[in-house]
Amino acid sequence: MEKIIHFELNGKKVQIQVEKDQSLLWTLRTHFGLTGTKYGCGLGYCGACTVLMDNEAVRSCNILMPDVDGKKIITIEGITSDNALHPLQQAFVDHDALQCGYCTPGMIINAYGLLLKNPTPTHHQIIESMNDNYCRCGAHPHIVDAIKSAAKVMKE
Amino acid sequence: MDYTEISPDKSTSESNNIWFKRRDFIKLTGGSLAGLLIFFRAGPFSLLATPADVKRSLPTDYNAFLKIDEDGTVSCFTGKIEMGQGVITSLAQMLADELDVSFNKVKMVMGDTDLCPYDAGTWGSLSIRVFGPAMLAAAAEARGVLLSLAAEKCGSTADKLTVKDGVISISGTNEPLVSYGELAKGRRIEKFLDTVSKPKDYAEYKIMGSSMLRTDAVSKVKGEALFAGDYRIPGMLYAKILRPPSHGATLISADVTAAKAIPGVIVIEDKQLIAILHNDPEIAEKALRLIKAEYTISEKQVDDKSIYDYLLNSGAEAKVVNEKGDLTTGKSASKTVFEKTYYNSYVAHSAIETHTAIAYQDEDKLVVIVSTQSPFGVQDMICRELGLALEKVRIITPFVGGAFGGKAPAQQALEAAQLARISGKPVMVNWTREEEFFYDTFRPAAVVKLNSGIDAQSNISLWDYNVYYAGSRGSDTVYEVPDQRTTSYAARNVHPFGTGAWRAPGNSTNTFARESQIDIMAAASGIDPFEFRLKNLKDERMIGVLKAVAGLFGWTRAKSPSGRGYGIACGIDAGSYVAHMAEVKVDNKTGHVEVVRVACAQDMGFCVNPHGSKMQMEGCIMMGLGYTLTEEIAFTGSNIKTSNYGTYQIPLFSWQPKMETLILEKKEAMQGGGEPAIICMGGVIANAIFDATGARLFQLPMTPERILAAISKG
Ligand code: FES
Ligand code: FES
Repeated sequence: MEKIIHFELNGKKVQIQVEKDQSLLWTLRTHFGLTGTKYGCGLGYCGACTVLMDNEAVRSCNILMPDVDGKKIITIEGITSDNALHPLQQAFVDHDALQCGYCTPGMIINAYGLLLKNPTPTHHQIIESMNDNYCRCGAHPHIVDAIKSAAKVMKE
Repeated sequence: MDYTEISPDKSTSESNNIWFKRRDFIKLTGGSLAGLLIFFRAGPFSLLATPADVKRSLPTDYNAFLKIDEDGTVSCFTGKIEMGQGVITSLAQMLADELDVSFNKVKMVMGDTDLCPYDAGTWGSLSIRVFGPAMLAAAAEARGVLLSLAAEKCGSTADKLTVKDGVISISGTNEPLVSYGELAKGRRIEKFLDTVSKPKDYAEYKIMGSSMLRTDAVSKVKGEALFAGDYRIPGMLYAKILRPPSHGATLISADVTAAKAIPGVIVIEDKQLIAILHNDPEIAEKALRLIKAEYTISEKQVDDKSIYDYLLNSGAEAKVVNEKGDLTTGKSASKTVFEKTYYNSYVAHSAIETHTAIAYQDEDKLVVIVSTQSPFGVQDMICRELGLALEKVRIITPFVGGAFGGKAPAQQALEAAQLARISGKPVMVNWTREEEFFYDTFRPAAVVKLNSGIDAQSNISLWDYNVYYAGSRGSDTVYEVPDQRTTSYAARNVHPFGTGAWRAPGNSTNTFARESQIDIMAAASGIDPFEFRLKNLKDERMIGVLKAVAGLFGWTRAKSPSGRGYGIACGIDAGSYVAHMAEVKVDNKTGHVEVVRVACAQDMGFCVNPHGSKMQMEGCIMMGLGYTLTEEIAFTGSNIKTSNYGTYQIPLFSWQPKMETLILEKKEAMQGGGEPAIICMGGVIANAIFDATGARLFQLPMTPERILAAISKG
């Protein structure tokens, strides 16, 4: 029951033969070696696996590969094309918005999804859209500050 | 100078066995053999003690060393690990400051058993308070050695020289004489410290005590930082292991026929260990589900409701932790006596990174890359279980994605090692969240029975404290009580599944009980709970943090329950003093608690990285809200029903209270910073809920259900 699908991954066209129940998360991590996207729960609770699909933040553990056909996927490795940090990445560094850093790629991508939809989110909108991304280390306040300052930079 | 200079190719003391081992060991450290090496010991020998059944061949009389390279890079090799607590940054700050080199010249090499000397593990907030001073002394010694080399070179004396950014010049002139790198060039100097060199005075430090951002942040925001699960070894297979339905179950039979039929699957059957290997983790998982297994189940007759009676009736052994005066005298001196019992449930560590390990054979060595707090402990375990010599096993600890005590045990490393040995292939074991909940060593369920009294002047006159199964850390009372006794009760193999150390082990349970009891007595005396504490305290450091937090929070005095929803709690952990104040809103209809703000003051002696320490305090407050309000493991017998986050709620962004933190400026011995601020969270919120509603909660977590029950009791 294999199927060939085509999609865009971090700006490059790719094709891959997939099983119908193969997840995007493990395809990224094993077949494409993109290990910035993390496993945390496998059931859509924690957000460690967040990627952008057609500019929308989605949980890659919950997405099956056949549904990726024709889509544009962006992972943490692909949010900038050059070597420079993306304003969100820079803001996370400047605000020390991480401790162990395991949740960080998912946080940044989820925030990116928010800012693409809403470049000027209020504090409450940030909290609301980040709420289901888990951080066990408790870096929450710094993450919120980082998103606010990145939003400012990205608007300019 | 009493250092030893050795030409790189001719060792002078190979006849001496220990020296030989050291030499052997240094060869492993890679890079240039030239340079200045300073070996040092962190803490008392007891901390170095290796398990008696394991004879380590690498030097165990020194547990860290510094290396100054020809290019001026200063490396510190230590068995400590970075798991988010930030020692990769703060230890580097300390080293740079003591040695007078710039911060970016310092490199921390951590948690690799081939490169780093023995260290028992990263826990107990020991890295800064015990390891730190030893490292400073070693750096002071290194500085001394380098200065005398420079003095020799220019025909001066060391006391006439100064150092800035690793460059030595004659005091008073700005002319560079020679750099550390140049001095280290082409020679090899080893120094083994037995005496402790005196580091600088706290007042002299410039890099220490200033706020630094994390040095590992860039690689982490780019998704490049490698955690154990991110390594890719050629030919690596993913393992999925057959798990029993409950702890203590024994496998009778497993039919793997259907699993074997899947192309590419390798089935491993080795006694109780049944595993599927495949180069695709999801196919391995699918194959695993096809295995039909039968077990005999041995279930303890207990569940999450009956656990407390079960624990109290389990024949625990009593150990008196502290005793002063006489309880009978205390009782007769008391005007009112308060007899209360406190409970808390099992709580998971729940780091977002699950336990992960990769094992592979590299020539004659078994290499294991593993998320652990104790690389050397893992090495010992693997050697013991697989019958391997220590030098045949190398443990590498990459970045660890949160641990909190839960990654001191590292069963996954043994699993990966076993499977790699049996299959002859590189194997990754990456636990699912379900496995993580099943095998986590939970914070133990615990009971505290507390009998206390106050006299006519509202002074505490009696304190009979009995803690069951939490452990004694933080069980001592800091309050002045003439007649008191603290007893800790425990027995082995009582819990129906694994339990272990959880961030500030025992102290959150003990502080919840003690600080609730203090509040109860304050309320009964009709005295503001802040004032009641001050009245019953003599310890200056505790009074200091309490006053500091009151200022930060803007506490005004009132008898509780005041209806304002204000709470207070304080405690001591890892040598640091903390005091918290909180404001909550309680919905009387739903029992929902909103934590509006939390203020925390901490006295941790000299603080190396105030910014990093404040982040740890905030992290403690956030994480602490979980065990306080929602986190609780559901189980029947040895069958853990909690399997994923759907039934286990950890704190979220929307819970985030307004947080204010303050670190008292001290020039005294450095104390722990990763754990203390979590200990007060149960107590401060319980006391705030009482202040808001007049309802007293005796059990953690304080779920809406329990809050409503307490409110309706009145
Ligand atoms: S791993 Fe996908 S949401 Fe947790
Ligand atoms: S930084 Fe560790 S989980 Fe968020």
